[in-house]
Amino acid sequence: MIPPQALSTGGRATIAGVVFIVLLLVPAFAGTYQTQLLTYGLTLAIAALGFNLLLGYSGLLSFGHSAFLGAGAYAVAFMMRYLDISSMELFLLGGVAFSAVVAALFGVICVRHTRIFFAILTLALSQVLWTLAYKFFWITGGTDGIRVPFAKVTLLGGLVSFPGADAFPKFITSYYYYVLVVFAVCAVLMWLIVHSPFGKTLQAIRDNETRARFLGVRIWRYRWLAFLVSGIFTGLAGALWVPLNGLVTPDVLYWPQSGKIVFFAVLGGFRNFSGPIVGAVVFNYLEVYAVALTEYWQLTLGVILIVLVTFLPAGIVGTAMRLTARLKPRQAVSS
Amino acid sequence: MSLLRTEGLTKHFGDTRAVDGVDFRVNEGEFLSLVGTNGAGKTTLVNLISAFLFPDSGRIFIGERDITYSPVDDRIRAGIARSFQLVNLFDELTVLDNVALAIFAREGKTKRIFALAERDVAVTAEALDLLAQFGLGAKAQALAGGLAQGERKLLDVAVAYALRPKLLFLDEPTSGVSTRDKAQIMDTVSAVVRGGKITAVVIEHDMDVVFKYSDRVVVMHEGRFLADGPPEEIRRNQDVATYLLGTDVAA
Repeated sequence: MIPPQALSTGGRATIAGVVFIVLLLVPAFAGTYQTQLLTYGLTLAIAALGFNLLLGYSGLLSFGHSAFLGAGAYAVAFMMRYLDISSMELFLLGGVAFSAVVAALFGVICVRHTRIFFAILTLALSQVLWTLAYKFFWITGGTDGIRVPFAKVTLLGGLVSFPGADAFPKFITSYYYYVLVVFAVCAVLMWLIVHSPFGKTLQAIRDNETRARFLGVRIWRYRWLAFLVSGIFTGLAGALWVPLNGLVTPDVLYWPQSGKIVFFAVLGGFRNFSGPIVGAVVFNYLEVYAVALTEYWQLTLGVILIVLVTFLPAGIVGTAMRLTARLKPRQAVSS
Repeated sequence: MSLLRTEGLTKHFGDTRAVDGVDFRVNEGEFLSLVGTNGAGKTTLVNLISAFLFPDSGRIFIGERDITYSPVDDRIRAGIARSFQLVNLFDELTVLDNVALAIFAREGKTKRIFALAERDVAVTAEALDLLAQFGLGAKAQALAGGLAQGERKLLDVAVAYALRPKLLFLDEPTSGVSTRDKAQIMDTVSAVVRGGKITAVVIEHDMDVVFKYSDRVVVMHEGRFLADGPPEEIRRNQDVATYLLGTDVAA
């Protein structure tokens, strides 16, 4: 449990501002590959933000968030393949709409349950979607998937396009800033949500469902809305992810993808706002470098997860905040 | 004037008659104590009235409105609120947030999704004022989970009170606290509730507390009402002395 006074709102805003400025400068100093990696990280961070509205703020562990990531990604692929759309803004709208429909339907089934039942239901439903993507190959491309080449994508209503085979570095730099802005907007929106009366109500339900009920709160409605918002954020992440990846296959809907999103939250710490963001970015680097270093990369990540849960249950950010909170009184005493 | 009444309210758990055909009436503006030995049916009666449980038979009316099978949120809108025997708080939220949330719920603002809760000046001011009335003003920014037991009891009542109910049920507000804290809690609760002109029903075991603060006392025994009257009358009641106090009035 993190004391709310560990860092003031002003202090957090200052840190967020500094981080944002540093992120703005990244393409100027990092190469195309590093910028690409960070773009992936920021995309996944949006998914983590959405996921944590359920786990951290509503106390619901979803093992099916790959469904929304996949819904967003496939929405983009379908729009490009069948409607010949190239506008990223339309892709984002399509991704949000499709993932919202999926989340709304799944939510009706899942949010009447909690704990293991909720987790199993989300897992099962996401695997239904995976099976559909796998079996309806004449629509989805089956295991071959659907290509979403960056050269066909345009940004800002067609103002920025990437024709030609050598346009990849330009795409990465432009897309990085595009993702960064969307990420910043998502982070601000989520900050508002979790500090709104709605967000406080979710936390109240998480802490004590009975008491929340006796305040007149209709629990399942709030959980459903949280589920919907969470799905939309994750779907948006899926829509942003697919042009970067260039291809969508049923793998994005498969359960290990859901496991990764859970990993983001555990790695960064799910009882604070920025934990899952940090977790997503760090995980992305961990995975990429673990794959490059060893063929036993999954074992490496497994060991890291075990170490984390055992020794740092509050995650990277949670632990840092605890240490900061411990240091504060000492500094006060010494001064 | 009767604010709430029940007719033949019954709830059995297997062979146990927890509440057995009870006709209960609460008058507007009174501070009523519901007493009885463990298992007498007090908490079950409150659970039935607050929709924590539903009855096997009988009816519940608030005013003239039948609320027997209304859900919790409907009863809260009808003006019924309660606190709990085992303190029920949002432990990882601040003391201020606990009360503010009740106010947001009362005003139908809990669905506001893109507005900072702390920026609602009216709600924050009301919550702080209420906390001050309950003697918790200095703890507003503390986490509810970190409060002492007596403070938690008071906050539990404050959260229910923040709903501005017509009828407030307080389930053992002084259980598990020291004798000194007991008096302080009851002084505070009684002053705030009477000051707010809210009708209150208190479940209590401590007869000193009951006789000191109540306008009327209802005694339950084995799911039924054993006695009903002003404190002085209950104090002299031979059945109450026998079943509840284990003494003899003459003694």
